[in-house]
Amino acid sequence: MMESLDLLFADTRFAPVWNNLDRFLWGTLLTIEITALSVALGLVLALPLALARISANPLLRWPVYGYIFYFRGTPLLVQLFLVYYGSGQFRDFFEDIGVWRLLREPYFCAILTLTLNTAAYTAEILRGAIQAVPFGEVEAARAYGMSGFRLYRRIVLPKAIRMALPAYTNEVVFLFQATSLVSIITLMDLTGVGRVIISRSFRTFEVWFFVGAIYCAITYLMIWLFNKLEHRLSGHLRDRPAEGPKPAPAE
Amino acid sequence: MDIYQGYGWVFWQGITITIAVALCTAPVAIVMGLLGAWGKLAKFRPANTIANVYTTVVRGVPELVLILIVYYGVTIFLQWALSELTGGEVLIDIDSFTAGVLTLGVIYGAFATEVFRGAFQAIPKGQIEAARSLGMSPFLTLRRIMMPQVWRFALPGLGNTWLVLLKATALMSVIQLEELMRWTDIGARNTKLPFTFYLTASFLYLGLTIISMALQHRAEKWANRGIRRISS
Repeated sequence: MMESLDLLFADTRFAPVWNNLDRFLWGTLLTIEITALSVALGLVLALPLALARISANPLLRWPVYGYIFYFRGTPLLVQLFLVYYGSGQFRDFFEDIGVWRLLREPYFCAILTLTLNTAAYTAEILRGAIQAVPFGEVEAARAYGMSGFRLYRRIVLPKAIRMALPAYTNEVVFLFQATSLVSIITLMDLTGVGRVIISRSFRTFEVWFFVGAIYCAITYLMIWLFNKLEHRLSGHLRDRPAEGPKPAPAE
Repeated sequence: MDIYQGYGWVFWQGITITIAVALCTAPVAIVMGLLGAWGKLAKFRPANTIANVYTTVVRGVPELVLILIVYYGVTIFLQWALSELTGGEVLIDIDSFTAGVLTLGVIYGAFATEVFRGAFQAIPKGQIEAARSLGMSPFLTLRRIMMPQVWRFALPGLGNTWLVLLKATALMSVIQLEELMRWTDIGARNTKLPFTFYLTASFLYLGLTIISMALQHRAEKWANRGIRRISS
């Protein structure tokens, strides 16, 4: 099987891709790993940020507003360079407090920047969804004596999460695609592997075609999975399937 | 004391190119978007397929990879096409500005396609029927009835696309375009003050975002003049 495939590809324009499939696999795994880590950390950060953003306390609200506005209003590439190259300007300080070891690593800088970036976008999505929860439901819950944490856990968040899901799907897809920027700070993700193989084989178009196809496939797989999740979470909003055996078709 | 150690001029050099690229890309993306929307809505199967493949691929592949594909792809394609036409070896060298504008235009045209498709579909069918019954040709209906309203429905989406496009110009530095990121890099290297330079660049992008949002707000007000709305 492998030998016949080898014969099929070895002499074609796609040979550089075929001969380096293992590298592309590792690159894809790194891309997925960076996406998963940043999405998870970003989500953990986003909820408190969203709550602070709608807080009545201006000392809590304004700094978070500024943070969200900055990260949504500037290019991710600048943010990445600011962390990766910019930290070098304060090297002595970072060495003193013992974090230089981390900031020197492109991997750490990538995760840090992507997390801060996606947390800002996700917080804004969550804020919109929380504020869209009908106030009558909150009033009803209060009338039952729910407040604070319990009100959020039982009433506000379940509703808000369902409403936020379509926009959050987009955000996760954007973050997944945005991870391709980490190749610029020397990480060997899917795009990074593509760059290296091109620099050796000069098969520019073939390699980018293959890399693009992998990104495309994973993107639509993710969208499909999120749609399944959305379908599951909205079961109570659909009509109940008809009970009993289906009526026999009229003769 | 000059915190930029005499390299403050790099920002001026860079931001003019960044603004120029974004402004030149916008009409390309709008034309691509209108063509794409026509392709999606036309009662003509091949056009539907081409438009669907276009938006599906562009939305499925990262901007950075698309930029590299289109940049090298268009060069290779033009080279091949011209060689076939003239029958000889043709070597062309697209300057990075034109390449950048074409690349971003193709990418953001796909986003504009979805915006325009939604805007055309938001026009009430009755108006089009009324125009036809008054004897207007399809083209006249498009010009007199549809286009004036499409802008109103499309402006919020186009505004968002513009903001994303503005930020995406930063990626043009990977195809050697001398825009803000590249000039900032020159300043950062020469002064060894990367944080100062990238922070300033980020605030310049933020400034462009804020100006764009203000203009978008005014444009939406203008497009919605004469429209009655629920207000509290």
